Amino acid sequence: MVTHAGSLLEMKGIKKSFGQNHVLKGIDLDVKAGEVHVLLGENGAGKSTLIKILTGAYEKDAGEIYWEGQKIQLNTPVEAMSLGIATIYQELNVIPELKVYENIFLGRELKRRGKLSLLNQKEMRKEAERCLMMLGQSPALADKQLGELGIGQQQLVEIAKALALDAKLIIMDEPTSSLSGTEVEQLYSCVEQLTEKGIAIVFISHRLEEIRRMGDRITILRDGFKIDTLPVQTTETDYWIELMVGRTLDEKYPKQSFTLGEEGFRVENIEVSGTKEPVGFSVRYGEIVGISGLVGAGRTELARAIFSADVRGGGKVFIDGKEIRIKSPRDAIDSGIAFITEDRKSEGLLLDQPLDFNIAMANMRKFTKKSRLVDLKGIREEAINYIKELKVRPNNIDLHARHLSGGNQQKVVIAKWLCTQAKVYIFDEPTRGIDVGAKVEVYRLMNQLIESGAIVLMISSDLPEILGMCDRVLVMSEGKITADLEIEEATQERIMKAATGG
Amino acid sequence: MMSEVVIQKPKNEETKPKKTVKSYVSKFAPLIGLVLLTTILTFLSDKFLTMNNVMNIARQSSINAILAIGMLLPILTAGIDLSVGSILAVSIMVMGIVSINMGLSPILGILVCLAVGAAFGLINGLLLTKLRLPHPFISTLGTMNIARGIALIITAAAPIAGFPYLIQFLGREFVGPIPVSFLLVIAVYIIFHIFLTRTQTGRYIYAIGGNKEAARLSGINVDRVLIIVYVISGLMAGLAGLVMVGRVNSAFPLAGLSYELDAIAAVIIGGASFMGGVGTVWGTLIGAMIIAVLRNGLNLLNVPADFQMAVIGFVIIAAVYVDVLRQRKGKKG
Ligand SMILES: Nc1ncnc2c1ncn2[C@@H]1O[C@H](COP(=O)(O)OP(=O)(O)OP(=O)(O)O)[C@@H](O)[C@H]1O
Ligand SMILES: [Mg+2]
Repeated sequence: MVTHAGSLLEMKGIKKSFGQNHVLKGIDLDVKAGEVHVLLGENGAGKSTLIKILTGAYEKDAGEIYWEGQKIQLNTPVEAMSLGIATIYQELNVIPELKVYENIFLGRELKRRGKLSLLNQKEMRKEAERCLMMLGQSPALADKQLGELGIGQQQLVEIAKALALDAKLIIMDEPTSSLSGTEVEQLYSCVEQLTEKGIAIVFISHRLEEIRRMGDRITILRDGFKIDTLPVQTTETDYWIELMVGRTLDEKYPKQSFTLGEEGFRVENIEVSGTKEPVGFSVRYGEIVGISGLVGAGRTELARAIFSADVRGGGKVFIDGKEIRIKSPRDAIDSGIAFITEDRKSEGLLLDQPLDFNIAMANMRKFTKKSRLVDLKGIREEAINYIKELKVRPNNIDLHARHLSGGNQQKVVIAKWLCTQAKVYIFDEPTRGIDVGAKVEVYRLMNQLIESGAIVLMISSDLPEILGMCDRVLVMSEGKITADLEIEEATQERIMKAATGG
Repeated sequence: MMSEVVIQKPKNEETKPKKTVKSYVSKFAPLIGLVLLTTILTFLSDKFLTMNNVMNIARQSSINAILAIGMLLPILTAGIDLSVGSILAVSIMVMGIVSINMGLSPILGILVCLAVGAAFGLINGLLLTKLRLPHPFISTLGTMNIARGIALIITAAAPIAGFPYLIQFLGREFVGPIPVSFLLVIAVYIIFHIFLTRTQTGRYIYAIGGNKEAARLSGINVDRVLIIVYVISGLMAGLAGLVMVGRVNSAFPLAGLSYELDAIAAVIIGGASFMGGVGTVWGTLIGAMIIAVLRNGLNLLNVPADFQMAVIGFVIIAAVYVDVLRQRKGKKG
């Protein structure tokens, strides 16, 4: 068989089904040394599945894989690693209790010569420092406790781990989705340094700006087929979207303006840990308020404090001018607050339960009949509605949440909270990991919520999204609100400045 | 006023997955195991599949079946209740004191028996949720010893015999050829099935086992549900004790020793996950039946008790391994 000259990796006619669900229907992919190759596709298009086949986590049903021109079989993750294929998943695989260099050498520690086979800490530290320096990091990082680092740096440690393995191909599945602005920049420059050394990167992302910035070539998947592979520089973003969703998308941010009403929601003196200064703000009907800031600025903590997700120190919450007492999430939900949590796996979903149960979970009371029995049929019907509305795919409510793609899981979490029919919606990174088409659906839904008289707050690290959808932006830094900007006066620079405490 | 999102009516075009043979096999693995076991034993012993013996199995299985259905709840919440065997003992000893030593009414005795079981369950629940002991393995290990100790202390380690008919009724009586205790099992299982699949608290039990944090943030009062879970488990221990007293017409403080292990085995063989969130009432019933059929069959084949233990251990491991294989298959497609 003829292979492309200079291809590091070639996958041909890859097929994969889960039961009746044919996920990959013959995918081709070739990756050259030193390039950033982007995979783009709607939620559930099969990107992660393709990657898992490449890393040996899943077995393919059909197709061939060539590595440096040689046909290979990948059966286990260890085999892929020994070839030089490393993967950085969205969920980090690091151990906070260990030091950075120990993490880098976890599972393949260097030993000293001699019978006792003691660890060769000096050598490991030196090698770890070298890898960190390749990524533009200070060598002193090697000796730090991993748990003390921010998410962004932890991810860099994962990349350093790949470098220590002499990886030739590093796969990154949505690596930026939990990073803040500066951390993302850091990742970009790392990727640049890696490709200069001839290392290939396969990059999955739903953020189109970043694809344009970093990608060399882009392969677009739709419904398990490869649609095309294109050079990034000479093709339009709109064209990618068209290939990806099968139609043109009118607008990325369907912002609607509503007449501004009375104040509907106010919080006073909420304490966010780490600062002495309590936080307060208010939201009026008819506006979408964004909360921006760096990761770790205390945005999620603020939302959790309002919701009483943890024991709350003090502070008051008002809806329509009336103070409401919230001592537990139950109280918050009963008073009409919905908190769409950011981490769908650990805080949102019952992974081993079907979708209808997941969606009804926060509002079982509504489905409990006079006989005290739960109305299973009612739950089913309502769940089907939401799944249609949010275009969850596959649209089968008997499926367990575990088997949905990341973006579709996110939609189920959103459906759960819509189902509580709350009055105040606090979205925490609502569009993390969902595709452009679905993002527009979520934005439309926010519009609908506002139109029907709800209050919408959106915590987001995605600045274009904040600027595109919000009417007002609160910026947080170190647990304080450092700016409150009308959208007209909010620019990227002003937000960043406030976010870094300036 | 609550806001509402406008949503269209469904057009009934929901795609249903076709159920494959494989998915049926994995769903009914415990049942298939039971049928296989029955078939084999029928061939090995002509005494096995007789009306008499089947009713015998039904009777012998009832105590474990009742303890197992109670045990299912803690396991569904990713917990465990090690104290049920000891709770059984203390419940029947108190019943003995009330209805025989003190000569009070048998009805009162029965109520006291159930109440003591539930009370110890309540203690388990409170230890877990209010004292925040890190895992129910620890709290119920504690109450297991405490309850056994109390059972021995209050009766000075002596058995109590000669219970009135009313108390013995459940464990001793028959309706035609069918033991009342087995009818009780069926009734209890039907109630549990409805409770777990059709009531709010029942569904919350699955939610907590599936993801405690998600459940809490969804407004579920996790502590309250956990307390209910352990109270029910304790109550079932009391009920199982009642059946036992009827069967042997006496109460002794070492009754139910290590019964919790058979109950756990039944739940696990029945397909429940030790990680919580997965498991069914009917699976547990089949698990309890498998253990009873196995014990009975091995007896008929004159296998010594020590060997029986080893066989049951083997079955536990095999049942869980089948489950592991099934999940691995899912991954590999
Ligand atoms: N283990 C599994 N069992 C059953 N179906 C699965 C399994 N893993 C994935 N799927 C299905 O395969 C399809 C593709 O999923 P995949 O995770 O590859 O999508 P994706 O392109 O990565 O989407 P996203 O952008 O949302 O992450 C989905 O329809 C999903 O439901
Ligand atoms: Mg994915």
